[in-house]
Amino acid sequence: MSTFFSQIINGLQSGSIYALVALGYSMVYGIIMLLNFAHGDIIMVGAYVIWLGVTTWNINPLVSILLAVAVSTLLGVVIEKVAYAPLRSSPRLSLLITAIGISYLLENGFQLIFGAGAKTVPTFISGPSLQLGSMTVSFPAMVTIVVTVVMMVGLTILVQKTKLGKAMRAVSEDMGAAQLMGISLNTTISFTFMLGSALAGVASVLYLCAYPQASPTMGSMLGLKAFVAAVLGGIGSLPGAMLGGFIIGMAEALVSAVGLSVWKDGVVFAILIVVLLVRPSGILGKTVKEKV
Amino acid sequence: MLKVENINVYYGNIHAVKDISFEVHKGEIVTLIGANGAGKSTILNTISGQLRSKTGQITFLDQNIGHLAPHKVVPLGLAQVPEGRRVFLHMTVEENLEMGGYTRSAAENAESIADVYRRFPRLNERRRQVAGTLSGGEQQMLAMGRALMAKPALMMLDEPSMGLAPILVEQIFDIIKELHEAGTTILLVEQNAQMALSIADRAYVLETGRIVMQGNAKDLLNDDKVRSAYLGG
Repeated sequence: MSTFFSQIINGLQSGSIYALVALGYSMVYGIIMLLNFAHGDIIMVGAYVIWLGVTTWNINPLVSILLAVAVSTLLGVVIEKVAYAPLRSSPRLSLLITAIGISYLLENGFQLIFGAGAKTVPTFISGPSLQLGSMTVSFPAMVTIVVTVVMMVGLTILVQKTKLGKAMRAVSEDMGAAQLMGISLNTTISFTFMLGSALAGVASVLYLCAYPQASPTMGSMLGLKAFVAAVLGGIGSLPGAMLGGFIIGMAEALVSAVGLSVWKDGVVFAILIVVLLVRPSGILGKTVKEKV
Repeated sequence: MLKVENINVYYGNIHAVKDISFEVHKGEIVTLIGANGAGKSTILNTISGQLRSKTGQITFLDQNIGHLAPHKVVPLGLAQVPEGRRVFLHMTVEENLEMGGYTRSAAENAESIADVYRRFPRLNERRRQVAGTLSGGEQQMLAMGRALMAKPALMMLDEPSMGLAPILVEQIFDIIKELHEAGTTILLVEQNAQMALSIADRAYVLETGRIVMQGNAKDLLNDDKVRSAYLGG
């Protein structure tokens, strides 16, 4: 029973991270129809910032965390401005290939600077664990789940209630009509990348709490799984990305719980195949019909 | 108020708008009529900044707007109700209206929303519904209400009658007349030449990207050539 419980907590913890990353995928796809394959690598960059902060620079962990989120956010916005914005009227395939190129650039750039080996990040968040009868919830797991829920609530309010959030929804539905309302595409798209990358920055912090290592390619598998989560939930849908993230995290944990942990990755991609065959629009994908 | 001089617009190799010049004066209803593909929508989309002319210039309230991005044209007082309405189907009626007032303050918008609801009580009843659940006529009202939110000096309407039942077309044209009486200058693009000419002050007739006739709307309505080509005899 307690093993099962601890696997559930593990599932929620990794699911939280997938969900945060999947949100970035989904938001960007929703607004410019781009599968931003460089998104996972932003997490890698965030992780290196923390590693540098708590080891080489030896600064306060909290400052390192804030710095990691800030650098991730800025990086996402800069990538959009430099690499994607000039291609706004190009075919979508060009954009996709550019995203893959940026991903390789970041991975290989970091490998060049820091070497291919993984860097171990010393524990930088610690606190008391939570005792529930005979069951224990570790402090990092607690922080991860709580932070993720807070982020999700915050994001939902932002997208549903604020002026910029509504502009994001308008642009993602009809770019041309949104412009006729006086909405600036550049500002709105930058803002979307900013939000998605900030969430990726937070995800990098939470990821290091669970797996304290930074390596140049750490973002690619994480990014791919989060992408599966986004597709499972319905790409473009924010509640879908949240749900998809948790389902993927849970699926992995349950596969491990029954002793098949080597099949963990395989199960995630099997889910992708099943979704694409059975319900390509995802669980919460938009299906509202247009009226003429 | 609006002066379009010698614009030429291309889609790749296709020369869609050929050396067009026309004017809209303050307080007028001006209509551009012509068959499908004559270049009417292209002209509106060029004025609102979604397309670019290779030549000439577009002046609105003494300002050259030919090079401005669409979102910079709106706050000058020029709003467009696009062809096919293009309301935000996943957003509520009220959110659609808020988007229409995007360039204005929340306080100004609260007032304008009340105004729009007074003019379109139907939208008030459905304020919390997503626009995708509205009928075609209601969506057209929403698209017009949304454009009104920008408090435009000039409103451009692109085929407002498209796809609507005759009774709704009458209703939409009554609303256009009311907006005009309330002080909004109107530039109207229509395939329904009969309706358009009946409410317009002046009209330009387009054929394959060129203005082939222009004048007083009442005169054109009685012109034999116009009658046979656009009004079904």
